[in-house]
Amino acid sequence: MLGLPHRTERRAKRERVMSMNRRQFIKIAGLSTLFGLGGKGAFEILRPGMLDAAEHGHGAPALEEPAEPAIRWGMTIDVEKCAEPGVVEKCIKACHSVHNVPDFGDSKDQVKWLWQDDYEHTFAGNENQYMADHVKEFPFLCLCNHCDEPPCVRVCPTKATFRRPDGIVAMDYHRCIGCRFCMAACPFGARSFNWLDPRDALNEKEYNMEFPTRGRGVVEKCNFCVERLAKGLMPACVEAAPQALAFGNLADPDSNVRQILRKRPSMRRKLELGSEPSVFYLV
Amino acid sequence: MYDAWKILVGLAIFVGLFTFAFWMNAGKAAPVPEVKIDTPEIKKMPEPERKCVEDKHFMRTTHMQLINDWRDMALREGNREYVNKRGEKYVVSLQNTCMKCHSNKKEFCDQCHNYTGVSPYCWDCHIEPKEEPKGNES
Repeated sequence: MLGLPHRTERRAKRERVMSMNRRQFIKIAGLSTLFGLGGKGAFEILRPGMLDAAEHGHGAPALEEPAEPAIRWGMTIDVEKCAEPGVVEKCIKACHSVHNVPDFGDSKDQVKWLWQDDYEHTFAGNENQYMADHVKEFPFLCLCNHCDEPPCVRVCPTKATFRRPDGIVAMDYHRCIGCRFCMAACPFGARSFNWLDPRDALNEKEYNMEFPTRGRGVVEKCNFCVERLAKGLMPACVEAAPQALAFGNLADPDSNVRQILRKRPSMRRKLELGSEPSVFYLV
Repeated sequence: MYDAWKILVGLAIFVGLFTFAFWMNAGKAAPVPEVKIDTPEIKKMPEPERKCVEDKHFMRTTHMQLINDWRDMALREGNREYVNKRGEKYVVSLQNTCMKCHSNKKEFCDQCHNYTGVSPYCWDCHIEPKEEPKGNES
């Protein structure tokens, strides 16, 4: 009987010191939420921009836009010249023999760096109605587009595939764990998975001894002949059919490819996806 | 102690089995690796210039790190030129630089790798030089 008023008094005193009791706090919290003052919104109203800066830049000022690269390798493919007999086959053979690409003879296990497809599949979704018959029958040479915004690079969990500063989307087979996310991300089907040991389908006598093979369980694709560029050579396919293919620096307005593109109308694959391919088809 | 003899016999068998590998190989030494550097490419070099990318001791102890660095240099940084401590330039490539001289993987790489029980997976992808079958040398 005696202790009770004492305790109440003490509590009231404490509450006066804290200046806010639970009931008041919940009331204020509820009201502020009602007026949109809760969570991130409150930060935006009271301290605009501060939260974003703290989350992304650790308080540092925003990075400057990177300067235009000096080199962005690209390729033009003259579709009409590819239609001449033997050209496409010659390019594919040159590429696949230089890079020890196996041929399993079964589309299920197929590994391809450079291949041929028709208009309908190459430009799937963008095919024009009533397209000229001869265009429909052109053999379109397909390869990795070495996109400016490569979706495969974004999804790779190990950074095994990455975009070099010169625009080449490269593969580091040492790091590839074979998860095939990049294959799912690539809108062009330019990547192949090694279901089987590629050496089983390669002839030991026909190895290019200066280039490795791949192992089972990694994803592979065209590398824009990065190893040949390092030696000052043109990509193998361009060397095999210089009349149909051209390779050069897209960042240089006076380069061979830019001069070709200035004169001739061209198409690129699946532009609507925004990946900005570096391979241009001249039509 | 109950069942002392059972425990002692069991212990003896256990210790015997556990140290089996030592009993089996007691007194036998694994052959010391014999590394051969008498490939045609190396023989072509005149004696005083017969040097590897770095000196012998460095290569013996650190070649694995060097190769690892080379991999990242060539592949990820796009830098295919290595300048060694002597200031000489080399092309960064396992197949085109290392194995051009050391074209005898079985008598060179494998010797120590087998001795120390390591099995690097370089050769799953990188093609080893074709070795001439032994016996046609006079």
